[in-house]
Amino acid sequence: MWERIQEKLKILADAAKYDVSCSSSGSKRVNTDKGIGNTTESGICHSYTEDGRCVSLLKILLTNYCLYDCAYCVSRRSNDIQRAGFTVNEVVALTLNFYRRNYIEGLFLSSGIFKNPDYTMERLVRVAKTLRTLHRFNGYIHLKTIPGCSEELILEAATYADRLSVNIELPSEQSLRHLAPEKSKDSIIKPMSFLHHRITALADERKVIRHTPTFAPAGQSTQMVVGATPENDLQVMTIADSLYKKFGLRRVYYSGYVPVLADHRLPAPGTPVPMIRENRLYQTDWLLRFYKFSLHEVLNAQNPQLDLDIDPKLSWAFRNLDQFPVDINKADYEMILRVPGIGISSALKIIEARRFKTLNLADLRTLGVAFNRAKHFVYTSDNRPREVVAAVLRQQILQQSKYHTTLTPQMQLFT
Amino acid sequence: MKDLLVYDGSFPGLLTAIFDVYERKLADVSIVREHLYHPDLYATVRTITRDTHKATRVWQGLQKKLATEIIDHFYKSFLSEAHNVEDTLLAFTRYVLGAPPGAERNFAHPAVLEVMQLSKKVHREKHRMEAFVRFQQAADGLYTATIEPDFNVLPLITGHFKDRYADQSWLIYDDKRSYGILYNEKDGQVMEVTAGVTHSATPGEDPDMASIVVHDHEAAYQTLWKTYFQTTSIDVRKNKKLHLRHVPTRYWRYLTEKAMAGP
Repeated sequence: MWERIQEKLKILADAAKYDVSCSSSGSKRVNTDKGIGNTTESGICHSYTEDGRCVSLLKILLTNYCLYDCAYCVSRRSNDIQRAGFTVNEVVALTLNFYRRNYIEGLFLSSGIFKNPDYTMERLVRVAKTLRTLHRFNGYIHLKTIPGCSEELILEAATYADRLSVNIELPSEQSLRHLAPEKSKDSIIKPMSFLHHRITALADERKVIRHTPTFAPAGQSTQMVVGATPENDLQVMTIADSLYKKFGLRRVYYSGYVPVLADHRLPAPGTPVPMIRENRLYQTDWLLRFYKFSLHEVLNAQNPQLDLDIDPKLSWAFRNLDQFPVDINKADYEMILRVPGIGISSALKIIEARRFKTLNLADLRTLGVAFNRAKHFVYTSDNRPREVVAAVLRQQILQQSKYHTTLTPQMQLFT
Repeated sequence: MKDLLVYDGSFPGLLTAIFDVYERKLADVSIVREHLYHPDLYATVRTITRDTHKATRVWQGLQKKLATEIIDHFYKSFLSEAHNVEDTLLAFTRYVLGAPPGAERNFAHPAVLEVMQLSKKVHREKHRMEAFVRFQQAADGLYTATIEPDFNVLPLITGHFKDRYADQSWLIYDDKRSYGILYNEKDGQVMEVTAGVTHSATPGEDPDMASIVVHDHEAAYQTLWKTYFQTTSIDVRKNKKLHLRHVPTRYWRYLTEKAMAGP
């Protein structure tokens, strides 16, 4: 019996791993009446894989049998691979036993689409329901919304799950049509928009009625595959930006395409995973969500592609040198946040500390600022940076970068 | 001559010592843990007997003056067991009790800075242990885990595990400090246990952790977890350096998914 379970786990974890989200944050479920489990606001990473990613949830597919034939997906119908499926009880037992041993924060359950979307979604919901009601499990549950399933099932899923997600998959409708013929933009956007409206409506009710039921407390997330299709960074981030604004998504994940399949519509197997690009997209995402940048400042028609060599904040600074140097003792928080080398926590410390004394360069160092970078952009009584020449400084920063060799592919010719 | 106060290593013991410093108006004084004490010819040595009343008075004094968050830093830095942490905490106490409100955030003061830095390290270790504890189920149902944290974090993680695993009895044993915390699901209480009484679920048996008989299913679930852990990694994205930064090798011994794997 155990061998069979192990075999299935291997197949169904392998098929699920390209979904990059493993977050267990954003929910504050408490353990009631001596049941099992709770969630912590910031989540816990119980381990890290050898590729350095956080392992927080048991991330598996219920089955990798699939009716659809999406070109980028290992589980697509036409791919000749081993197929397997868990029963509802098998997933429940695995989750509970992993959880009780403190291996995981909870479950992230997705699935290939078998029979039809409703049939599939109904099974996913049943797993969550069994965990919550029969086993009084209060750990984290992330369910995938199956595109095309009924609204009743989405509503039911949200009463048990902490987070729901439906993947946007590709950064344009043409690419989606081209690579995922059975999916449509509409079937992806509809459940997202539906959930968003319910979540906001319930939040409004909660202001008046105290005991409204829990409803996807960790909100929604989504994922986009980048590098499989020709869209530029501006297109990718425009979609992300509008998803944040329109549907209040908690996270948009960017997944650099890992070429696992030979298909004339896709990059050939062996093509390097665009990891640096992926990283730059995440940095841009952070600039939008936490650094108060608006999209057109970072990416626009003149600059539709992110610079791979330097981070987007530095790129922005180079394009806007007239805004520097910033007087660290006078500038407002928003502007200090824009200085390359100063992050959110150092910006907050600067604001605190300058109430007690006038800050100089040494102070910035002790406050934890990335000093070598920031010094070119800040003004203190003992630091008057010479006029920055973007090209020169860019060269200098690239030389000092610890990622130097990995960043400039040309260099590898000589090593 | 310098005064040397020797205390039992407990937190109330330290607070008692601080009380005595004030009561006797000692100026040139140092506080040391019993087991770190070396006879010193050039100091007047006093042995401090832990006194709940004195300890409470110091603790309340600090609580009156400081925000909860700072009180938390104070306790956490004590748990670091750092060399001379007692003297740092004494210096900190003297400084904040004598200075105007807000002084506890003056990071330019060496004792304040030291307390914050120690507390941060201990907090990081606490968070790590909440993640890295790996329970094994024993034949009688008790879930047991062994850890060897860098700092004495058991008192800090008790609440987390009690809230989370309310319906299973568990024991987390700190092998470095030879004591553990045992939660009994029947009465919902956590108690401290030391070597010799670790496995109170089966009184009279050998208390050695290694002798606990594991549940029939245990090996199978460990194998499943290892399988999952290996499968979920994407080979073409392998990044050993990042992996090691998140999971330093010194923790591998008790991590089911890493134990027995070569570095």
